[in-house]
Amino acid sequence: MNETTNAMTNEQRVKLVQDQKRKLTYQSAMLSVAGILGFLLLWEFLAVSGVIESKKLSDVLQVFRLFILKFVDKKPDGAILPVHIWSSLEVALCGFGLAVLVGIPLGWLMGWYRGFDSFMRPIFEIIRPIPPVSWIPLTIVWLGVGLRAKAFIVFFAAFVPCLINSYTGIRQTKEVLKNVGKTCGASYFTVFWKVGIPSSMTMTFAGIKVAIGNAWATLVAAEMLASSSGLGYMILMGRSYGRVDLVMMGILVIGILGVVISALINLLENVVLGWKKL
Amino acid sequence: MDEKKKVILRLENICQSYVVQNGVKDAVENVSLEIYDNEFLVILGPGHCGKTVLMNMIAGLEKPVGGKIFLDGEEIHGSDRRIGMVFQSMNLMPWRTVMGNVEFGLELAGVKKAERRAVAQKYIDLVGLTGFENSYPHELSGGMKQRVGIARAYTNNPQILLMDEPFGALDAQTRYAMEEEVLRIWEQEKRTIIFVTNNIEEAVYLADRIVLLSNCPATVKQVYDLSGLPKPRNMTDPAFLKIRSEVSANTDLAL
Repeated sequence: MNETTNAMTNEQRVKLVQDQKRKLTYQSAMLSVAGILGFLLLWEFLAVSGVIESKKLSDVLQVFRLFILKFVDKKPDGAILPVHIWSSLEVALCGFGLAVLVGIPLGWLMGWYRGFDSFMRPIFEIIRPIPPVSWIPLTIVWLGVGLRAKAFIVFFAAFVPCLINSYTGIRQTKEVLKNVGKTCGASYFTVFWKVGIPSSMTMTFAGIKVAIGNAWATLVAAEMLASSSGLGYMILMGRSYGRVDLVMMGILVIGILGVVISALINLLENVVLGWKKL
Repeated sequence: MDEKKKVILRLENICQSYVVQNGVKDAVENVSLEIYDNEFLVILGPGHCGKTVLMNMIAGLEKPVGGKIFLDGEEIHGSDRRIGMVFQSMNLMPWRTVMGNVEFGLELAGVKKAERRAVAQKYIDLVGLTGFENSYPHELSGGMKQRVGIARAYTNNPQILLMDEPFGALDAQTRYAMEEEVLRIWEQEKRTIIFVTNNIEEAVYLADRIVLLSNCPATVKQVYDLSGLPKPRNMTDPAFLKIRSEVSANTDLAL
């Protein structure tokens, strides 16, 4: 035991607790880094040792070198990496943004107003189980292979979780909180605005996170089927030319962009739901 | 007391029933009551006897199947800002600070920020939460949360305050403290209070009058006038214990 326990001043105590916390943070950060390094080492080992032939698995450095090179080199798919990334992001953000703007308010209204729910629900229940990629053929007929077509498919992928979560979230509004609003003389719409929506925010954000994951996944699928640019298209071209390094680099970029987008959404969530953290 | 007391709220043959799986269940049956201005009325009854239903009808949260409610002589339908309510536990908005919760009613009424802050601050001070204005509900203890609920109800400046088992979820010590607090607040800011409880001791400690309800469906079983017993009351006083056992013997057992 610590012999200073009896005589510890407040400052010492604060310092001790802070040190312990810092140590824990440091340890978990180190473990995360070790995890990534371990993964890269295993990959490098498998590639260099020849356990998996180089035709099927490129080594880490090769992929990294290609990543740098692709910022200026248009070969073999006809565009540099930033163009592909921007093309994908543009589609993802258009489709996802539209899904958030339409899906979340719709979910709120359906969750709050019974009549509207009865009216909308059958249509929604039919649309809901349709896999987003199955819209692709129809979309190509309607909108071609441009931004609008891909955004439309992404929209469907992101729309469903947005709606379901904001719907469920607002349905879970506590009766007593609604009653607080009512006894303050508020109208049903005011209670919706001041009580229902804020109390649905936790669920709504969970929906947004699912939606961005769906959107990103569907986007790549859409680009592989109906596109002439974007990360999905780049991967597909890599396969056609037998360029495993290009495929792997594309996959990694998609993964890392997904992490960045999630982090941005978490940031927004911390602002909106900041009261939870305190 | 001989002085003529002013009736502020009158219930006339209030009935409430619900459709349940096999037929209709009566929750409240022919309850008629007169509530006087600035009195502390306690509605006492066994668990699940329809006390909360009665409160909800007075607050306008549900419509009675039969009967009428008169406030200041005129019939009321639905919620009225002159009737405020302190709810059972877990009634604060977790995303709002203490200040945000207390000023909620005024915000809905469209009162300007500076003005509503001032009013809210007055009642936050009154319930003893000065310094906690920017705390969130999950940072508060159970007793403090109910203080916020009381401040919120007062801020709307209602004539009648309904309190629906506000201390039911508190531990025994906090409960005693809050009972004292609610009397102190009431002495300072006189309003008509209708306080619902299933705790006989609490009822005898707080009430000017106790309305004892029967088992479900709720009917008025008896009304006790306790105005002869001076406040603050001592829970071990022989007079206190006498009334307590009298009420206790008359109370139906909850199933």
